[in-house]
Amino acid sequence: MKLLLQLAAIVGLSVAIALSVAFLTLAERKVIGYMQARIGPNRVGPRGLFQPFADLLKLVMKEIIIPSGANRGLFIIAPILALAPALAAWAVIPFDDGLVLADVNAGLLYILAMTSIGVYGIIIAGWASNSKYAFLGALRSAAQIVSYEIAMGFALVGVLIAAGSMNLGDIVRAQEGSVMHWFWLPLLPLFLIYFISGVAETNRAPFDVAEGESEIVAGFHVEYSGMAFALFFLAEYASMILISILAALMFLGGWLSPFQGIPFVQDWFAWVPGIVWLLAKTSFFLFLFLWFRATFPRYRYDQIMRLGWKVFIPITIVWLLAVGLAVIYELPWWFDHE
Amino acid sequence: MNKVANYIKSLFLWELILGLKLTGRYFFAKKITVQYPEEKTPLSPRFRGLHALRRYPNGEERCIACKLCEAVCPAVAITIESEQRADGTRRTTRYDIDLFKCIYCGFCEESCPVDSIVETRIFEYHFEKRGDNVMTKDKLLEIGDRYEKQIAADRAQDAPFR
Repeated sequence: MKLLLQLAAIVGLSVAIALSVAFLTLAERKVIGYMQARIGPNRVGPRGLFQPFADLLKLVMKEIIIPSGANRGLFIIAPILALAPALAAWAVIPFDDGLVLADVNAGLLYILAMTSIGVYGIIIAGWASNSKYAFLGALRSAAQIVSYEIAMGFALVGVLIAAGSMNLGDIVRAQEGSVMHWFWLPLLPLFLIYFISGVAETNRAPFDVAEGESEIVAGFHVEYSGMAFALFFLAEYASMILISILAALMFLGGWLSPFQGIPFVQDWFAWVPGIVWLLAKTSFFLFLFLWFRATFPRYRYDQIMRLGWKVFIPITIVWLLAVGLAVIYELPWWFDHE
Repeated sequence: MNKVANYIKSLFLWELILGLKLTGRYFFAKKITVQYPEEKTPLSPRFRGLHALRRYPNGEERCIACKLCEAVCPAVAITIESEQRADGTRRTTRYDIDLFKCIYCGFCEESCPVDSIVETRIFEYHFEKRGDNVMTKDKLLEIGDRYEKQIAADRAQDAPFR
Protein backbone atom coordinates (compact mmCIF):
# COMPACT_ATOMS: atom_id res chain seq x y z
CA MET A 1 0.00 0.00 0.00
CA LYS A 2 2.73 2.42 0.99
CA LEU A 3 4.66 1.46 -2.12
CA LEU A 4 1.62 2.11 -4.28
CA LEU A 5 1.13 5.55 -2.75
CA GLN A 6 4.76 6.33 -3.35
CA LEU A 7 4.43 5.22 -6.96
CA ALA A 8 1.32 7.34 -7.41
CA ALA A 9 3.22 10.33 -6.01
CA ILE A 10 6.10 9.75 -8.41
CA VAL A 11 3.79 9.47 -11.40
CA GLY A 12 1.85 12.51 -10.26
CA LEU A 13 5.01 14.55 -9.90
CA SER A 14 6.29 13.48 -13.31
CA VAL A 15 3.00 14.42 -14.95
CA ALA A 16 3.02 17.75 -13.13
CA ILE A 17 6.55 18.44 -14.38
CA ALA A 18 5.64 17.47 -17.95
CA LEU A 19 2.62 19.77 -17.83
CA SER A 20 4.69 22.61 -16.37
CA VAL A 21 7.20 22.13 -19.16
CA ALA A 22 4.41 22.23 -21.74
CA PHE A 23 3.07 25.49 -20.43
CA LEU A 24 6.55 26.89 -19.88
CA THR A 25 7.19 26.58 -23.61
CA LEU A 26 4.00 28.51 -24.23
CA ALA A 27 4.93 31.08 -21.59
CA GLU A 28 8.33 31.43 -23.19
CA ARG A 29 6.89 32.19 -26.61
CA LYS A 30 4.33 34.54 -25.09
CA VAL A 31 6.81 36.44 -22.91
CA ILE A 32 9.39 36.79 -25.66
CA GLY A 33 6.64 37.83 -28.03
CA TYR A 34 5.41 40.47 -25.60
CA MET A 35 8.93 41.80 -25.16
CA GLN A 36 9.18 42.16 -28.93
CA ALA A 37 5.85 44.01 -29.07
CA ARG A 38 4.15 40.94 -30.56
CA ILE A 39 1.41 38.83 -28.96
CA GLY A 40 2.82 35.37 -29.51
CA PRO A 41 0.78 32.24 -30.28
CA ASN A 42 -2.94 32.86 -29.94
CA ARG A 43 -4.64 30.57 -32.46
CA VAL A 44 -4.86 27.18 -30.75
CA GLY A 45 -7.45 27.34 -28.02
CA PRO A 46 -8.32 30.46 -26.03
CA ARG A 47 -5.34 32.84 -26.12
CA GLY A 48 -3.19 30.04 -27.55
CA LEU A 49 -3.53 27.98 -24.40
CA PHE A 50 -3.51 24.63 -26.23
CA GLN A 51 -0.48 25.48 -28.36
CA PRO A 52 1.87 23.17 -26.40
CA PHE A 53 -0.42 20.21 -27.08
CA ALA A 54 -0.45 20.99 -30.78
CA ASP A 55 3.35 21.17 -30.71
CA LEU A 56 3.55 17.91 -28.81
CA LEU A 57 1.21 16.18 -31.25
CA LYS A 58 3.37 17.36 -34.12
CA LEU A 59 6.54 16.07 -32.48
CA VAL A 60 4.96 12.70 -31.66
CA MET A 61 3.75 12.24 -35.24
CA LYS A 62 7.14 13.03 -36.74
CA GLU A 63 9.51 10.32 -37.83
CA ILE A 64 12.65 9.78 -35.77
CA ILE A 65 15.44 9.77 -38.31
CA ILE A 66 18.60 7.93 -37.31
CA PRO A 67 21.53 9.01 -39.49
CA SER A 68 23.26 6.09 -41.22
CA GLY A 69 26.61 7.12 -39.72
CA ALA A 70 25.22 7.32 -36.21
CA ASN A 71 25.80 4.91 -33.39
CA ARG A 72 22.27 3.57 -33.03
CA GLY A 73 22.38 2.47 -29.42
CA LEU A 74 23.96 5.62 -28.06
CA PHE A 75 21.83 7.76 -30.34
CA ILE A 76 18.66 6.39 -28.76
CA ILE A 77 20.02 6.34 -25.22
CA ALA A 78 21.27 9.95 -25.21
CA PRO A 79 17.92 11.75 -24.91
CA ILE A 80 16.84 9.32 -22.19
CA LEU A 81 20.09 9.99 -20.35
CA ALA A 82 19.45 13.71 -20.61
CA LEU A 83 15.90 13.47 -19.33
CA ALA A 84 16.18 10.90 -16.56
CA PRO A 85 18.47 12.88 -14.20
CA ALA A 86 16.51 16.06 -14.83
CA LEU A 87 13.42 14.24 -13.54
CA ALA A 88 15.18 12.17 -10.85
CA ALA A 89 16.53 15.28 -9.14
CA TRP A 90 12.96 16.25 -8.25
CA ALA A 91 12.77 13.44 -5.71
CA VAL A 92 14.34 15.52 -2.93
CA ILE A 93 12.55 18.81 -3.61
CA PRO A 94 10.31 19.76 -0.66
CA PHE A 95 7.18 21.51 -1.88
CA ASP A 96 5.95 22.36 1.57
CA ASP A 97 6.99 21.57 5.12
CA GLY A 98 7.22 17.76 4.96
CA LEU A 99 5.73 17.50 1.46
CA VAL A 100 8.67 15.73 -0.14
CA LEU A 101 9.07 12.49 -2.07
CA ALA A 102 12.33 11.44 -0.42
CA ASP A 103 13.49 13.26 2.70
CA VAL A 104 17.17 12.61 2.07
CA ASN A 105 19.75 14.12 4.41
CA ALA A 106 22.29 14.57 1.62
CA GLY A 107 19.68 16.19 -0.65
CA LEU A 108 21.96 18.96 -1.83
CA LEU A 109 24.66 16.49 -2.79
CA TYR A 110 22.14 14.36 -4.62
CA ILE A 111 20.93 17.40 -6.59
CA LEU A 112 24.48 18.33 -7.50
CA ALA A 113 25.16 14.77 -8.67
CA MET A 114 21.98 14.52 -10.70
CA THR A 115 22.38 17.84 -12.46
CA SER A 116 25.93 16.95 -13.46
CA ILE A 117 24.88 13.60 -14.90
CA GLY A 118 22.61 15.47 -17.32
CA VAL A 119 25.64 16.59 -19.31
CA TYR A 120 26.33 13.00 -20.36
CA GLY A 121 23.13 12.96 -22.37
CA ILE A 122 24.36 15.98 -24.31
CA ILE A 123 27.89 14.66 -24.81
CA ILE A 124 26.67 11.24 -25.93
CA ALA A 125 24.10 12.81 -28.24
CA GLY A 126 26.81 14.90 -29.87
CA TRP A 127 29.14 11.94 -30.19
CA ALA A 128 26.60 9.39 -31.39
CA SER A 129 25.17 11.68 -34.08
CA ASN A 130 28.47 11.44 -35.98
CA SER A 131 27.98 14.96 -37.29
CA LYS A 132 30.50 17.78 -36.95
CA TYR A 133 27.99 20.33 -35.72
CA ALA A 134 26.59 17.98 -33.09
CA PHE A 135 30.12 17.13 -32.02
CA LEU A 136 31.16 20.77 -31.70
CA GLY A 137 27.99 21.51 -29.77
CA ALA A 138 28.65 18.63 -27.40
CA LEU A 139 32.24 19.77 -26.84
CA ARG A 140 31.13 23.28 -26.09
CA SER A 141 28.37 22.27 -23.73
CA ALA A 142 30.61 19.77 -21.94
CA ALA A 143 33.29 22.39 -21.28
CA GLN A 144 30.72 24.96 -20.30
CA ILE A 145 28.77 22.76 -17.95
CA VAL A 146 31.89 21.42 -16.28
CA SER A 147 33.17 24.98 -15.73
CA TYR A 148 29.96 26.30 -14.28
CA GLU A 149 29.41 23.22 -12.19
CA ILE A 150 32.32 24.38 -10.03
CA ALA A 151 30.98 27.87 -9.42
CA MET A 152 27.54 26.42 -8.80
CA GLY A 153 28.94 23.81 -6.41
CA PHE A 154 30.75 26.51 -4.45
CA ALA A 155 27.57 28.56 -4.28
CA LEU A 156 25.79 25.53 -2.87
CA VAL A 157 28.60 25.03 -0.36
CA GLY A 158 27.87 28.56 0.84
CA VAL A 159 24.24 27.60 1.41
CA LEU A 160 25.35 24.46 3.16
CA ILE A 161 27.61 26.40 5.55
CA ALA A 162 24.92 28.95 6.25
CA ALA A 163 22.18 26.41 6.88
CA GLY A 164 24.37 23.78 8.52
CA SER A 165 22.51 21.02 6.68
CA MET A 166 22.32 19.35 3.28
CA ASN A 167 18.67 18.48 3.71
CA LEU A 168 16.69 20.88 1.53
CA GLY A 169 13.87 21.00 4.07
CA ASP A 170 16.29 21.98 6.83
CA ILE A 171 17.83 24.60 4.56
CA VAL A 172 14.45 26.24 4.16
CA ARG A 173 13.68 25.98 7.89
CA ALA A 174 17.02 27.69 8.61
CA GLN A 175 15.73 30.75 6.74
CA GLU A 176 12.73 31.12 9.02
CA GLY A 177 12.15 34.65 10.36
CA SER A 178 11.45 37.25 7.69
CA VAL A 179 12.35 38.22 4.14
CA MET A 180 15.60 39.61 5.55
CA HIS A 181 16.41 36.22 7.07
CA TRP A 182 16.26 34.47 3.74
CA PHE A 183 19.67 33.55 2.44
CA TRP A 184 19.53 35.85 -0.58
CA LEU A 185 20.78 38.72 1.56
CA PRO A 186 23.75 37.24 3.44
CA LEU A 187 24.66 35.13 0.40
CA LEU A 188 23.85 37.75 -2.25
CA PRO A 189 26.92 37.16 -4.47
CA LEU A 190 26.44 33.40 -4.20
CA PHE A 191 22.76 33.82 -5.03
CA LEU A 192 23.53 35.75 -8.21
CA ILE A 193 26.31 33.37 -9.17
CA TYR A 194 24.12 30.37 -8.51
CA PHE A 195 21.37 31.64 -10.74
CA ILE A 196 23.68 32.77 -13.55
CA SER A 197 25.51 29.43 -13.39
CA GLY A 198 22.13 27.76 -13.49
CA VAL A 199 21.33 29.59 -16.71
CA ALA A 200 24.67 28.39 -18.09
CA GLU A 201 24.09 24.85 -16.81
CA THR A 202 20.82 24.54 -18.66
CA ASN A 203 22.40 25.91 -21.86
CA ARG A 204 19.96 28.78 -21.98
CA ALA A 205 20.48 32.19 -23.55
CA PRO A 206 22.81 34.06 -23.21
CA PHE A 207 24.97 30.97 -22.61
CA ASP A 208 23.41 28.80 -25.32
CA VAL A 209 26.56 28.36 -27.41
CA ALA A 210 25.95 24.58 -27.35
CA GLU A 211 23.08 25.10 -29.75
CA GLY A 212 24.12 28.38 -31.34
CA GLU A 213 21.99 28.45 -34.47
CA SER A 214 24.18 30.93 -36.27
CA GLU A 215 27.42 29.01 -36.15
CA ILE A 216 26.69 25.33 -35.40
CA VAL A 217 23.10 25.03 -36.64
CA ALA A 218 21.52 23.51 -33.54
CA GLY A 219 24.50 22.04 -31.74
CA PHE A 220 24.21 18.67 -30.12
CA HIS A 221 20.67 17.93 -31.28
CA VAL A 222 20.94 18.73 -35.02
CA GLU A 223 20.37 15.12 -36.01
CA TYR A 224 17.44 14.55 -33.68
CA SER A 225 13.82 14.79 -34.74
CA GLY A 226 10.39 13.88 -33.49
CA MET A 227 10.05 12.39 -30.03
CA ALA A 228 13.81 12.06 -29.48
CA PHE A 229 14.13 15.80 -29.96
CA ALA A 230 11.14 16.36 -27.70
CA LEU A 231 12.92 14.48 -24.90
CA PHE A 232 15.89 16.89 -25.10
CA PHE A 233 13.44 19.73 -25.06
CA LEU A 234 11.67 18.29 -22.04
CA ALA A 235 14.98 17.74 -20.25
CA GLU A 236 16.14 21.31 -20.88
CA TYR A 237 12.93 22.82 -19.59
CA ALA A 238 12.67 20.41 -16.66
CA SER A 239 16.17 21.47 -15.58
CA MET A 240 15.16 25.08 -15.98
CA ILE A 241 12.28 24.57 -13.59
CA LEU A 242 14.55 22.60 -11.28
CA ILE A 243 17.17 25.36 -11.15
CA SER A 244 14.42 27.88 -10.47
CA ILE A 245 12.80 25.89 -7.69
CA LEU A 246 16.22 25.25 -6.13
CA ALA A 247 17.00 28.96 -6.20
CA ALA A 248 13.67 29.59 -4.51
CA LEU A 249 14.35 26.91 -1.87
CA MET A 250 17.92 27.88 -1.06
CA PHE A 251 17.89 31.65 -1.36
CA LEU A 252 14.28 32.85 -1.21
CA GLY A 253 13.02 30.83 1.70
CA GLY A 254 11.18 28.08 -0.21
CA TRP A 255 7.64 27.69 1.08
CA LEU A 256 8.01 30.45 3.71
CA SER A 257 5.65 33.39 3.38
CA PRO A 258 7.32 36.67 2.40
CA PHE A 259 5.17 38.42 5.00
CA GLN A 260 6.56 36.41 7.85
CA GLY A 261 7.75 38.57 10.73
CA ILE A 262 5.63 41.59 9.80
CA PRO A 263 3.02 42.07 12.51
CA PHE A 264 -0.65 41.72 11.41
CA VAL A 265 0.20 41.26 7.70
CA GLN A 266 1.62 37.83 8.38
CA ASP A 267 -1.69 36.77 9.93
CA TRP A 268 -3.69 37.96 6.93
CA PHE A 269 -1.66 35.68 4.69
CA ALA A 270 -1.40 32.79 7.15
CA TRP A 271 -4.07 30.81 5.22
CA VAL A 272 -2.00 30.69 2.02
CA PRO A 273 -0.46 27.22 1.71
CA GLY A 274 3.32 27.19 1.53
CA ILE A 275 3.37 25.54 -1.88
CA VAL A 276 1.78 28.64 -3.38
CA TRP A 277 4.65 30.80 -2.16
CA LEU A 278 7.16 28.29 -3.44
CA LEU A 279 5.54 28.12 -6.88
CA ALA A 280 5.28 31.91 -7.03
CA LYS A 281 9.00 32.26 -6.28
CA THR A 282 9.79 29.57 -8.84
CA SER A 283 7.71 31.34 -11.46
CA PHE A 284 9.65 34.51 -10.78
CA PHE A 285 12.92 32.76 -11.58
CA LEU A 286 11.43 31.12 -14.65
CA PHE A 287 10.32 34.53 -15.83
CA LEU A 288 13.91 35.69 -15.39
CA PHE A 289 15.06 32.83 -17.66
CA LEU A 290 12.67 34.00 -20.37
CA TRP A 291 13.48 37.65 -19.76
CA PHE A 292 17.19 36.92 -20.18
CA ARG A 293 16.53 35.09 -23.40
CA ALA A 294 14.54 38.01 -24.77
CA THR A 295 17.22 40.50 -23.78
CA PHE A 296 20.78 39.27 -24.01
CA PRO A 297 22.79 38.42 -27.10
CA ARG A 298 24.76 35.19 -26.97
CA TYR A 299 28.10 35.27 -25.13
CA ARG A 300 31.21 34.58 -27.14
CA TYR A 301 32.66 31.22 -26.19
CA ASP A 302 35.89 32.52 -24.62
CA GLN A 303 33.89 35.12 -22.69
CA ILE A 304 31.81 32.37 -21.14
CA MET A 305 34.95 30.58 -20.02
CA ARG A 306 36.44 33.80 -18.68
CA LEU A 307 33.29 34.59 -16.73
CA GLY A 308 33.13 31.12 -15.23
CA TRP A 309 36.75 30.64 -14.28
CA LYS A 310 38.10 34.12 -13.68
CA VAL A 311 35.10 35.89 -12.18
CA PHE A 312 32.64 33.47 -10.61
CA ILE A 313 35.02 31.00 -8.98
CA PRO A 314 37.19 33.66 -7.24
CA ILE A 315 34.12 35.53 -6.01
CA THR A 316 32.52 32.39 -4.63
CA ILE A 317 35.71 31.39 -2.82
CA VAL A 318 36.06 34.82 -1.22
CA TRP A 319 32.43 34.81 -0.18
CA LEU A 320 32.72 31.29 1.21
CA LEU A 321 35.41 32.61 3.53
CA ALA A 322 33.18 35.51 4.54
CA VAL A 323 30.23 33.21 5.22
CA GLY A 324 32.45 30.81 7.13
CA LEU A 325 33.69 33.60 9.38
CA ALA A 326 30.18 34.93 9.85
CA VAL A 327 28.98 31.50 10.95
CA ILE A 328 31.91 30.91 13.29
CA TYR A 329 31.51 34.28 15.00
CA GLU A 330 27.71 33.93 14.93
CA LEU A 331 27.13 37.19 13.12
CA PRO A 332 23.95 38.59 14.62
CA TRP A 333 20.66 38.60 12.72
CA TRP A 334 21.44 35.66 10.42
CA PHE A 335 23.79 33.27 12.12
CA ASP A 336 23.10 33.72 15.85
CA HIS A 337 21.07 30.58 16.02
CA GLU A 338 19.39 31.32 19.33
CA MET B 1 39.91 55.59 -12.10
CA ASN B 2 37.74 55.02 -15.13
CA LYS B 3 38.96 51.45 -15.30
CA VAL B 4 38.00 50.82 -11.70
CA ALA B 5 34.60 52.37 -12.27
CA ASN B 6 34.09 50.16 -15.30
CA TYR B 7 35.11 47.10 -13.32
CA ILE B 8 32.65 47.86 -10.57
CA LYS B 9 29.97 48.58 -13.15
CA SER B 10 30.48 45.21 -14.80
CA LEU B 11 30.64 43.45 -11.44
CA PHE B 12 27.23 44.79 -10.53
CA LEU B 13 25.88 43.82 -14.00
CA TRP B 14 24.90 47.43 -14.64
CA GLU B 15 24.66 47.25 -18.43
CA LEU B 16 22.73 44.00 -18.21
CA ILE B 17 20.20 45.59 -15.89
CA LEU B 18 19.78 48.45 -18.38
CA GLY B 19 19.06 45.88 -21.09
CA LEU B 20 16.55 44.09 -18.91
CA LYS B 21 14.88 47.42 -18.20
CA LEU B 22 14.39 48.03 -21.90
CA THR B 23 12.81 44.66 -22.63
CA GLY B 24 10.85 44.95 -19.40
CA ARG B 25 9.32 48.16 -20.68
CA TYR B 26 8.41 46.54 -23.99
CA PHE B 27 6.75 43.70 -22.10
CA PHE B 28 4.01 46.14 -21.11
CA ALA B 29 4.09 48.18 -24.31
CA LYS B 30 1.24 48.18 -26.81
CA LYS B 31 1.45 45.20 -29.13
CA ILE B 32 1.64 46.02 -32.81
CA THR B 33 0.67 42.61 -34.20
CA VAL B 34 -1.89 42.69 -37.00
CA GLN B 35 -4.12 39.61 -36.70
CA TYR B 36 -3.88 38.93 -40.41
CA PRO B 37 -6.92 37.15 -41.72
CA GLU B 38 -9.22 39.23 -39.53
CA GLU B 39 -7.27 42.48 -39.61
CA LYS B 40 -5.41 43.85 -42.59
CA THR B 41 -2.89 46.58 -43.12
CA PRO B 42 -3.98 49.45 -45.37
CA LEU B 43 -2.97 49.12 -49.03
CA SER B 44 -1.64 51.89 -51.22
CA PRO B 45 -3.51 52.71 -54.45
CA ARG B 46 -0.17 51.94 -56.09
CA PHE B 47 -0.16 48.42 -54.68
CA ARG B 48 1.21 45.92 -57.20
CA GLY B 49 -0.66 42.64 -56.91
CA LEU B 50 -2.36 40.38 -59.39
CA HIS B 51 -2.60 41.69 -62.98
CA ALA B 52 -5.71 42.63 -64.92
CA LEU B 53 -6.57 43.79 -68.44
CA ARG B 54 -9.05 46.66 -68.64
CA ARG B 55 -11.77 47.62 -71.09
CA TYR B 56 -13.17 50.95 -72.25
CA PRO B 57 -16.60 51.82 -70.88
CA ASN B 58 -18.12 50.72 -74.19
CA GLY B 59 -16.85 47.21 -73.66
CA GLU B 60 -13.97 47.38 -76.14
CA GLU B 61 -10.72 45.97 -74.75
CA ARG B 62 -8.04 48.61 -74.31
CA CYS B 63 -5.04 46.55 -75.33
CA ILE B 64 -3.76 47.42 -78.82
CA ALA B 65 -1.00 44.79 -78.88
CA CYS B 66 1.82 47.35 -78.99
CA LYS B 67 3.95 44.86 -77.03
CA LEU B 68 5.66 47.57 -74.97
CA CYS B 69 4.93 45.61 -71.81
CA GLU B 70 6.40 42.46 -73.34
CA ALA B 71 9.53 44.41 -74.26
CA VAL B 72 9.94 46.13 -70.91
CA CYS B 73 9.24 43.08 -68.76
CA PRO B 74 12.55 42.36 -66.97
CA ALA B 75 11.50 38.80 -66.14
CA VAL B 76 10.25 38.00 -69.67
CA ALA B 77 6.98 36.89 -68.12
CA ILE B 78 4.69 38.33 -70.82
CA THR B 79 3.99 36.64 -74.16
CA ILE B 80 1.85 38.41 -76.76
CA GLU B 81 0.60 37.35 -80.17
CA SER B 82 -1.53 39.65 -82.32
CA GLU B 83 -3.57 39.84 -85.52
CA GLN B 84 -5.47 42.39 -87.52
CA ARG B 85 -9.15 42.27 -86.69
CA ALA B 86 -11.87 42.54 -89.37
CA ASP B 87 -12.40 46.23 -88.56
CA GLY B 88 -8.73 46.93 -89.26
CA THR B 89 -7.56 47.40 -85.67
CA ARG B 90 -4.72 45.40 -84.19
CA ARG B 91 -5.68 43.20 -81.25
CA THR B 92 -4.02 40.44 -79.23
CA THR B 93 -4.89 36.82 -79.86
CA ARG B 94 -2.82 35.73 -76.92
CA TYR B 95 -1.79 37.63 -73.82
CA ASP B 96 -0.08 35.39 -71.25
CA ILE B 97 1.59 36.41 -68.00
CA ASP B 98 3.54 33.68 -66.25
CA LEU B 99 3.08 34.57 -62.59
CA PHE B 100 5.98 32.32 -61.58
CA LYS B 101 8.28 34.50 -63.67
CA CYS B 102 6.64 37.80 -62.80
CA ILE B 103 8.43 39.89 -60.17
CA TYR B 104 5.56 42.37 -59.76
CA CYS B 105 7.75 45.37 -60.65
CA GLY B 106 4.91 47.23 -62.31
CA PHE B 107 6.90 48.14 -65.44
CA CYS B 108 4.17 46.71 -67.72
CA GLU B 109 1.67 49.04 -66.15
CA GLU B 110 4.07 52.00 -66.48
CA SER B 111 4.76 51.28 -70.11
CA CYS B 112 1.18 50.76 -71.22
CA PRO B 113 0.07 53.71 -73.44
CA VAL B 114 -3.63 52.90 -73.05
CA ASP B 115 -3.72 51.90 -69.36
CA SER B 116 -4.77 48.42 -70.33
CA ILE B 117 -2.52 46.12 -68.30
CA VAL B 118 -2.66 47.08 -64.62
CA GLU B 119 -1.73 45.56 -61.32
CA THR B 120 -4.55 45.35 -58.81
CA ARG B 121 -4.73 45.22 -55.05
CA ILE B 122 -5.41 41.48 -55.08
CA PHE B 123 -2.62 39.64 -53.33
CA GLU B 124 -4.41 36.63 -51.85
CA TYR B 125 -4.59 34.01 -54.59
CA HIS B 126 -3.29 30.55 -55.24
CA PHE B 127 -2.92 27.95 -57.98
CA GLU B 128 -4.05 24.37 -57.64
CA LYS B 129 -2.65 22.87 -60.84
CA ARG B 130 0.51 23.31 -62.83
CA GLY B 131 -0.34 25.64 -65.68
CA ASP B 132 -2.71 27.73 -63.57
CA ASN B 133 0.19 30.06 -62.97
CA VAL B 134 -0.08 31.31 -66.56
CA MET B 135 -2.70 34.03 -66.65
CA THR B 136 -4.35 33.99 -70.06
CA LYS B 137 -6.05 36.91 -71.78
CA ASP B 138 -9.50 35.65 -70.77
CA LYS B 139 -8.60 35.38 -67.11
CA LEU B 140 -6.93 38.78 -67.09
CA LEU B 141 -9.92 40.44 -68.74
CA GLU B 142 -12.27 38.76 -66.30
CA ILE B 143 -10.30 40.13 -63.33
CA GLY B 144 -10.34 43.54 -65.02
CA ASP B 145 -14.13 43.39 -65.45
CA ARG B 146 -14.74 42.27 -61.91
CA TYR B 147 -12.54 44.87 -60.20
CA GLU B 148 -12.90 47.74 -62.70
CA LYS B 149 -14.41 50.05 -60.08
CA GLN B 150 -11.53 49.66 -57.66
CA ILE B 151 -8.94 49.81 -60.48
CA ALA B 152 -10.42 52.97 -61.92
CA ALA B 153 -10.60 54.60 -58.49
CA ASP B 154 -6.97 53.76 -57.77
CA ARG B 155 -5.83 55.14 -61.16
CA ALA B 156 -7.80 58.32 -60.58
CA GLN B 157 -6.25 58.79 -57.16
CA ASP B 158 -2.75 58.35 -58.54
CA ALA B 159 -3.30 60.39 -61.73
CA PRO B 160 -1.95 63.74 -60.39
CA PHE B 161 1.41 62.11 -59.69
CA ARG B 162 1.92 60.51 -63.10
